[in-house]
Amino acid sequence: MRPDLSVLLLTTLIGAGQGLYLALVTVQVYALFGLLPAQDGRAFFAPGSAIALVLLVTGLAASFFHLGRPERAWRSAAKWRTSWLSREVIVLPAFIGLVFVSGVAHFLHYGPVLAELPSGIPVDATVVLGLVGTVLAFALFLCTGMIYASLPFLREWASPFTVVNFTLMGGASGFTLAAAFSVWTAPSLTPFLAAWALILTLLAFAGRLASLVRNAKLRPKSTLQTAIGIKHPRIVQTSQGFLGGSFNTREFFHGRSRGFLRSIRWLFPVAAFAIPAALLAAFVAGAGAVLLPVAAVVQYAGLLAERWFFFAEANHPQNLYYQAIG
Amino acid sequence: MATTPIHDPTAPPLPGATTETRNTTCYMCACRCGIRVHLRNGEVRFIEGNPDHPLNQGVLCAKGSSGIMKQYSPARLTRPLMRKPGTERGAGEFVEVSWEQAFSMLEERLAKIRATDPKRFALFTGRDQMQALTGLFARQFGTPNYAAHGGFCSVNMAAGMIYTIGGSFWEFGGPDLDRARLFVMIGTAEDHHSNPLKIAISKFKRAGGRFISINPVRSGYSAIADEWLPIRPGTDGALLLALIHELIALGLYDREFLVRYTNAGELVNIDEAHDDFGMFVRSSVPDEEECFDPQNKLWWDRRTNRAVVTHAENADPYLLGEFTLDDGMRVKPSFQLLKERVEAYTSEWAAGITGIPAETIRRLAHEMGITARDQKIELPIAWTDMWGKEHDTVTGNPVAFHAMRGLAAHSNGFHTIRALAILMTVLGTIDRPGGFRHKAPFPRPIPPCAKTPNTPLAIQPNHPLDGLALGWPAAPDDLFVNDDGTPVRIDKAFSWEYPLAVHGMMHNVITNAWRGDPYPIDTLLIFMANMAWNSTMSVGDVRRMLNDKREDGEYRIPFLVVCDAFQSEMTAFADLVLPDTTYLERHDVMSMLDRPISEFDGPVDAVRIPVVPPTGQCKPFQEVLIELAGRLKLPAFVRKDGSRKFRDYPDFIVNYETEPGSGIGFLAGWRGKGGEKFMRGEPNPRQWEMYAQNNCVYHYRLPPSYQYMRNWNRGYLEWSQRVRIQRYAEPILIHVYSEVLQKFRRAAQGKGTSRRPPEHLRQRIETYFDPLPFYYEPLERQQSDLAKFPLAAVTQRPMAMYHSWDSQNAWLRQIHAHNHLYVNPQVARAAGIEDGGWMWVESPWGKVRCMCSYSEAVEPGTVWTWNAIGKAPGAWRLAPDANESRLGFLLNHLIADELPAAGGRISNSDPVTGQAAWYDVRVRICKADDSDPKETWPRFDAVPAAPGTAQSTPAWLSWFAGRGMRR
Amino acid sequence: MTQLALVIDLNVCVGCQACVTSCKQWNTSGSAGPLADFNPYGADPTGTFFNRVQTFEVGEYPNTQTVHFPKSCLHCEDPPCVPVCPTGASYKRATDGIVLVDYDKCIGCKYCSWACPYGVRELDEERKVMTKCTLCVDRIYDTALPEAERKPACVLACPTSARLFGDIHDPASAVSEAIRKNAGYPLMPEWGTKPSNHYLPRRKTAVRIHEDELVRSDNPLKIDGLLPKPAKAEPSLDDVTSW
Ligand SMILES: Nc1nc2c(c(=O)[nH]1)N[C@H]1C(S)=C(S)[C@@H](COP(=O)(O)OP(=O)(O)OC[C@H]3O[C@@H](n4cnc5c(=O)[nH]c(N)nc54)[C@H](O)[C@@H]3O)O[C@H]1N2
Ligand SMILES: Nc1nc2c(c(=O)[nH]1)N[C@H]1C(S)=C(S)[C@@H](COP(=O)(O)OP(=O)(O)OC[C@H]3O[C@@H](n4cnc5c(=O)[nH]c(N)nc54)[C@H](O)[C@@H]3O)O[C@H]1N2
Ligand code: SF4
Ligand code: SF4
Ligand code: SF4
Ligand code: SF4
Ligand code: SF4
Ligand SMILES: [Mo]
Repeated sequence: MRPDLSVLLLTTLIGAGQGLYLALVTVQVYALFGLLPAQDGRAFFAPGSAIALVLLVTGLAASFFHLGRPERAWRSAAKWRTSWLSREVIVLPAFIGLVFVSGVAHFLHYGPVLAELPSGIPVDATVVLGLVGTVLAFALFLCTGMIYASLPFLREWASPFTVVNFTLMGGASGFTLAAAFSVWTAPSLTPFLAAWALILTLLAFAGRLASLVRNAKLRPKSTLQTAIGIKHPRIVQTSQGFLGGSFNTREFFHGRSRGFLRSIRWLFPVAAFAIPAALLAAFVAGAGAVLLPVAAVVQYAGLLAERWFFFAEANHPQNLYYQAIG
Repeated sequence: MATTPIHDPTAPPLPGATTETRNTTCYMCACRCGIRVHLRNGEVRFIEGNPDHPLNQGVLCAKGSSGIMKQYSPARLTRPLMRKPGTERGAGEFVEVSWEQAFSMLEERLAKIRATDPKRFALFTGRDQMQALTGLFARQFGTPNYAAHGGFCSVNMAAGMIYTIGGSFWEFGGPDLDRARLFVMIGTAEDHHSNPLKIAISKFKRAGGRFISINPVRSGYSAIADEWLPIRPGTDGALLLALIHELIALGLYDREFLVRYTNAGELVNIDEAHDDFGMFVRSSVPDEEECFDPQNKLWWDRRTNRAVVTHAENADPYLLGEFTLDDGMRVKPSFQLLKERVEAYTSEWAAGITGIPAETIRRLAHEMGITARDQKIELPIAWTDMWGKEHDTVTGNPVAFHAMRGLAAHSNGFHTIRALAILMTVLGTIDRPGGFRHKAPFPRPIPPCAKTPNTPLAIQPNHPLDGLALGWPAAPDDLFVNDDGTPVRIDKAFSWEYPLAVHGMMHNVITNAWRGDPYPIDTLLIFMANMAWNSTMSVGDVRRMLNDKREDGEYRIPFLVVCDAFQSEMTAFADLVLPDTTYLERHDVMSMLDRPISEFDGPVDAVRIPVVPPTGQCKPFQEVLIELAGRLKLPAFVRKDGSRKFRDYPDFIVNYETEPGSGIGFLAGWRGKGGEKFMRGEPNPRQWEMYAQNNCVYHYRLPPSYQYMRNWNRGYLEWSQRVRIQRYAEPILIHVYSEVLQKFRRAAQGKGTSRRPPEHLRQRIETYFDPLPFYYEPLERQQSDLAKFPLAAVTQRPMAMYHSWDSQNAWLRQIHAHNHLYVNPQVARAAGIEDGGWMWVESPWGKVRCMCSYSEAVEPGTVWTWNAIGKAPGAWRLAPDANESRLGFLLNHLIADELPAAGGRISNSDPVTGQAAWYDVRVRICKADDSDPKETWPRFDAVPAAPGTAQSTPAWLSWFAGRGMRR
Repeated sequence: MTQLALVIDLNVCVGCQACVTSCKQWNTSGSAGPLADFNPYGADPTGTFFNRVQTFEVGEYPNTQTVHFPKSCLHCEDPPCVPVCPTGASYKRATDGIVLVDYDKCIGCKYCSWACPYGVRELDEERKVMTKCTLCVDRIYDTALPEAERKPACVLACPTSARLFGDIHDPASAVSEAIRKNAGYPLMPEWGTKPSNHYLPRRKTAVRIHEDELVRSDNPLKIDGLLPKPAKAEPSLDDVTSW
């Protein structure tokens, strides 16, 4: 498939935004139970939500570039019963709205206590918003992942790994970002966040490696034989019917050499997981906090590469029909 | 899923638009299908096949369906143009002139030529179908230097078969696939009869017929053949002769057919010393042989065991044996000579030449013979033959053939095609159900009556040519040569070099005129031919010749006029460009005087009627000729007082008669004052209207008893004589043995009383004018170092492109934007060339860099590409970096127009007919250097947009009829 | 329920591309149009076409088959392109099973094209909406046309009548019969999309020649006396038998 920059940005940015928001909620929940020092809404949660918001809105904005007719984007909520894309289109704004509201609530210190846990811990509005947000964030991971995972013939995508990895990678990049962010806003939380970031990065690493291994073992279900319905071991296309290219030769091919694809396959695990994990581990082991923003930047770049590869690697069966210029 | 759509897919796309439908005839190619053009707000909305048209029965091809993009192409010439003074030919710099200026320029120049030496004006026309008018114009002008594209196209196919069976494939006849059981297609990729052939092949296959294709390449039609026989190019003669050998050896020939309808039983003088050696023995010699075969030859009758006049009552001739006449003359039936000729042509011999296993050749012969004999067709149609014998039925042997340029475009093509015609004859399939069928006006006498003058005296200042510019020589005395035997025509057609060049030799014109051999000319008018590019051999040389000057600074071809509809490669070389209309903008006729679109069941002619007004100042070439003819006062076009006879072309078509009162004109339908007559009759002022009301086509259906066996069918021949299709109603016996050819050979052998060839051509004539078909290697191959140039290179017609016409067509060019060379993978790999990689192809005459495509569907000794896809930069209003010029290439750069010969050089053509030998070229291939630019070579400088064409081309466009082109 | 479809007979398709351009000319000025072309006269021209004809080579020389393979939207019975569409622009008509795009709803997200395994949807780069074969829905119901012409443009144009059109759910229709008789098959059945368009395979006509057809009673060589009679002196049974 052709990796379209708008989609690469969309999925990586909102993933990081979701992860970051989840990190904020995690901090809040830990704090609620007194496991972490409580943070000031205005100093920590509001700016954190703002960053998440920026990521989410930028991602959303990028997605418009993917549309031929962005002015009609509103129509895309119509088919939520059947279309994961439609669902994403509903959940993403909902999530953005929630992040906004929760950020504002934190900023305004608006926190009417809505309930009390049996242990007497008060649950205020921001906590409730955070929990709803968590549900939405996971729902969004599910939608985004399922957009790809639900296409059965894109076999590289059609696996639970897609949703799991989107979630893990979003979480990892969000937590790394949160760790970096905390260096300035809440240094006391940094080790905690960095540790989680490390764990998630390693999990994401594992998940992504597993999907690479899986995909490397995939045998195409569709072949030229099934594509044109002729049973013969040797079938070669000599003409796809036109020479100058078409939508079908642009949209479904990455347009780069095999060598390039191979090098990205080596590069992205290093950039998205190995280096950030090493930097995070180094920090956890006591190295300087300056490593964390570096880790966040490297990881994000690595995830862009990962997403590029995610698309490029996916071999659409339609390509069987578009193999020869002649 | 059920939400209501907003976009109603069945609502009228442009409410309130005015729509109309008009019938006319397609001319995206020479097939000439009937079309219905739908207009919306005056713009072309949809072109569909006319279901009521006999030719295409409603279907349409890829080109015909893209007429919209032709009509609105940015490459359309829309104004007369003159080469900008001070610029070079080929640079493509023009200034606009008015039609009046153009006409007066032409009038002045041509009047001067006509008054001094008319042959210094040459008119050659390409892929047009209006030779009756262009030929009339040239003849009236008085120049012999006229021909259409036939010489570089497929004259071998026409001549080889017309000199044998009195008709040919192509527009002249074809396979009766409705009734055939076995269909053998040889060397055909697309053909002129494109849509009808496709319709027929599909019906044939669906009816369970067996289809065999003989072709080095398996593309298009061959793709759906039941069996593909890959053959080495130029070797079909060997295959066909071996098939004849096999059929005769097994007795699988149709003896009755050969006896009665061919000259197989006629006795040939085999006394080598005799002056009439090789000639048929005649019972009496008429004073003057007219242009038909008098029935005065002899048979050796089996019953009485003596010589009798052919077709004598109750006689039955021996086809084999040797006999001695009363006067001691030794004779053999010509079939015996054929049998002896093919004796050595065994399947094993042919296998070595063609690459087809001997077993396969034998099986093929057996299939043909058995199908012909055991699946005989008998139709309950009574008919009477020319000797008065009544037949209750029409019988047929259902083996049909079709062949085209794969046979024709070789320098041994004439004899190969004669071998094919004889194979068809031996199987008894001529003008019979399930075999080959003629189309009116064929069959014609062998050869047809039309003759060129045979002396230069026919050319006189201010006089029409005394004879036709093209004709059918029957003997050396018919050649159009000077007293010393040198050619009269600029292209040397009908000279001793190419005696039967019946379609002229357009491919020689530029080279000969440039060299002044046989003489220089003044004005060359080229209509609808891209002679600076794809219809020329040695493209680079020809482009230089067009631009070359004499010492005095004058161009060697002083004045070059080009009439084209588009900015082609050729227009760049013109001194004067005449912008033609498109087929949707003009009147036109597909005339019985020319090449009509007849069907097996009778004559058909058709017209074109404008459906949209001309673009800019475009003027139909027809109108240009009528106007010029009036200005030059050519006799057929003016009254006695010198005033113009015809208002315009439609008026000319209605009122012109071949002779005053002849009742024969361009159109055969709705003649007579009220349209009550056909074929002959007085002019009908409402003729165009009547065509318009009848799908633009006139179809005369012969009664069934006239539809078969027409060479010998009394009813048909007398009918055709009455309607003046022919002058004689005489049987047209098939020439298994060609006495016409023998007459030329005889002249070379110094026998008889006819003209003699010049010494340097004596051997050539003696060799190639063999009365029986024989196999020889194509001339270029004979001269080539086959170790150095091991491969044959050929082209095929892509079905979605017509020659060079369609690169300006935004839709069609997406299908063939550029071309590759197809090479068998074994061969390519051996040369280290990758699939898709860049390579060089080199012939002794030139080289080309191009891209390689592996193909398992090509015989390993052959490489091929699509014809005429590569273009010169800037031509056709394509961007200079368009695929056509950057990645596309023209095979023609590798093909030589002349070969070294004893007397210096000789045209790369068939020695009998002058057919251009496009497919003889030998090449070798190698990998291109990795450092070579990834573009094709040779390259040419880009030409600018001609005035009147679109000055800029859009980055995108979308067509919505009624709302126009958005860009 | 009706399911309109094309049945394409590979046994007679010669790859002429008529269906490609007749489709283009009909649809560019029809309810699906206009269908834009980019770089129409420049490098790498490209445009929106609903139908393409491709060429495949099957086997190795000399046993090569060249297969021309036309392909347009197959109007799947279970079309994966429809449920994924977020706007409902991609839809399948209940009345006749035609899968269409509602150009006024489409946002050009291309998701449906990803969901189609056959590569037959094309985004029109100028209008930025998804397009594809409409089965000429604006022809086949046009009562202004004579009955015989209420067929897709490609079907009418096809010179070999390799393209059949009709209701594959009606067992009596010509298309159903063609599928049954000639082993018509769908493309990529592995995805369960149940394409409505079917393809008819190559069918080969072969002959068998029997020896006895070659040795004939009607051999004309007999008449011309050339089947040589052995000389009287050659040995015969008369020389050795004496019963
Ligand atoms: N679409 C389209 N139709 C056209 C034209 C066009 O340009 N485009 N051009 C028209 C014109 S002018 C003409 S003359 C006709 C020509 O019609 P065709 O003769 O059908 O066209 P070609 O493409 O020349 O086909 C020649 C075939 O002969 C094969 N061949 C080459 N050498 C040999 C050989 O030695 N033996 C055998 N057996 N086969 C051989 C080639 O592989 C090729 O398949 O088509 C006409 N129709
Ligand atoms: N290598 C190779 N070369 C070949 C062949 C081959 O098989 N292989 N085939 C040969 C054969 S058979 C032929 S017939 C020739 C064909 O060769 P040509 O007849 O010379 O070439 P065309 O490309 O048909 O171009 C003729 C011109 O007609 C113009 N034209 C189109 N429509 C109109 C119109 O309505 N009016 C006017 N006035 N002009 C118009 C086009 O713009 C073009 O410039 O090519 C020959 N060349
Ligand atoms: S074959 Fe095609 S281009 Fe030629 S006349 Fe017929 S429809 Fe037109
Ligand atoms: S072929 Fe593709 S576009 Fe057409 S209905 Fe099936 S899935 Fe949808
Ligand atoms: S491109 Fe249009 S039709 Fe396709 S999924 Fe998107 S909105 Fe639906
Ligand atoms: S049915 Fe209509 S839209 Fe579909 S391919 Fe044929 S012509 Fe094109
Ligand atoms: S029009 Fe018919 S024969 Fe031609 S490519 Fe299309 S399906 Fe095949
Ligand atoms: Mo030709």
